[in-house]
Amino acid sequence: MARDLAHLSDEALVALVARADDSALAELYDRFGHVAYGLALRIVRDPALTEDAVQEAFLAVWRSAARFVPERAKASTWILTLVHRRAVDIVRREEPRRTEPLEAAPQPSANLTEDEAWLRLQRTRVQEALRRLPDQQREALELAYFGGFTQSELADRLGEPLGTIKSRMFTGLNRLRELLADTDREEERWNEPEFTS
Amino acid sequence: MERTGIHELSAAYALDALDADERREFEGHLPHCPECREAVGSFQETASALAHHVDMPPPPPALRERILEQAKRERSNVVPLRTRWILPATGTVAAVAACAAIGFGIWAATLHNRLGERPEAVGLIGAQGSLIVNRSGEGILVVRNVDPAPVGKTYEIWVIQAGRPIPAGTFAGGDRVAVTLTQKIPDGAIVAVTLERAGGVAKPTTTPLFRTGSV
Repeated sequence: MARDLAHLSDEALVALVARADDSALAELYDRFGHVAYGLALRIVRDPALTEDAVQEAFLAVWRSAARFVPERAKASTWILTLVHRRAVDIVRREEPRRTEPLEAAPQPSANLTEDEAWLRLQRTRVQEALRRLPDQQREALELAYFGGFTQSELADRLGEPLGTIKSRMFTGLNRLRELLADTDREEERWNEPEFTS
Repeated sequence: MERTGIHELSAAYALDALDADERREFEGHLPHCPECREAVGSFQETASALAHHVDMPPPPPALRERILEQAKRERSNVVPLRTRWILPATGTVAAVAACAAIGFGIWAATLHNRLGERPEAVGLIGAQGSLIVNRSGEGILVVRNVDPAPVGKTYEIWVIQAGRPIPAGTFAGGDRVAVTLTQKIPDGAIVAVTLERAGGVAKPTTTPLFRTGSV
């Protein structure tokens, strides 16, 4: 039913959501619900609380779409930022913090939809970029982004000065941005010879 | 807090790694610091790429329904402006202006300076919908709730550049209309729709019922 919106950009869908078009909200959910849920589950680890985080985030999309400024951010970034914020706020209310790793649940590769195939490509690209980060920077980014730890909690946990943690996150995120930009450029010149160090 | 210190917090902010007080302080700083706003935007995009890092199970199907139901329940409180666009019987200027007042200003993206791989959307003034344009200027007009054209009439799309309208396709109306334009849309052009006799005409004979801002 909502698939006739499939040709619209994410940003166009947000514009329709700003006009209270619920089929556009459904389409955004169909595009980002899986990533959003996966992200929130990774952070919150409890399925019921994860659903709360995702629901609150999409309702925030619904309520505040008119304030979204497409020149400032991609719609996908905006949505995932809302999801992340909700998930982190929820996990910080939960004590004690759960820290055991979550099992990843690879999906069978048959019958990939176009969106799932795109997701899988994204995942490979991000994993590759993370692998190339120095260990300490990767650790700081992962604990902050997926663990929901504040920078002060991270400093305690890792036994490092707060200043060190701040600069690891800053340098790491900067480096990750460059690495992801590099893979973008590599995709653009995919048919040219590749030179890697 | 010293200046370099607070700049450095843009990364922690984008990762949601600030506690409530630090977050509040940084959000107080943001409106005054274009560098930090830009850094946060860019870091948030990088951080949200991390969301794709791990393969996770899909959400339960009931979650989708719950979100959509809740959204619909909230709609009447949140956005009171949703009106069915009604074709002005005589094309009166007042009716068009009233519709324009509803649509105008909600969405004013300019297109030609953005380079996303997906097409971009420009809002319509006077109707619910968007014009979707890709980088090479090909466009699709998406409109909702357009009353069916009267017998013997058709809606005609115009690409107007420097005041010169070029016919770009026709459609009959309906709840959900998506028409691919037969003409490319140059930068700075606008796209407008008039009601014309069936089959379409070479030059518009009536006032536009709705249109885009400048593409």
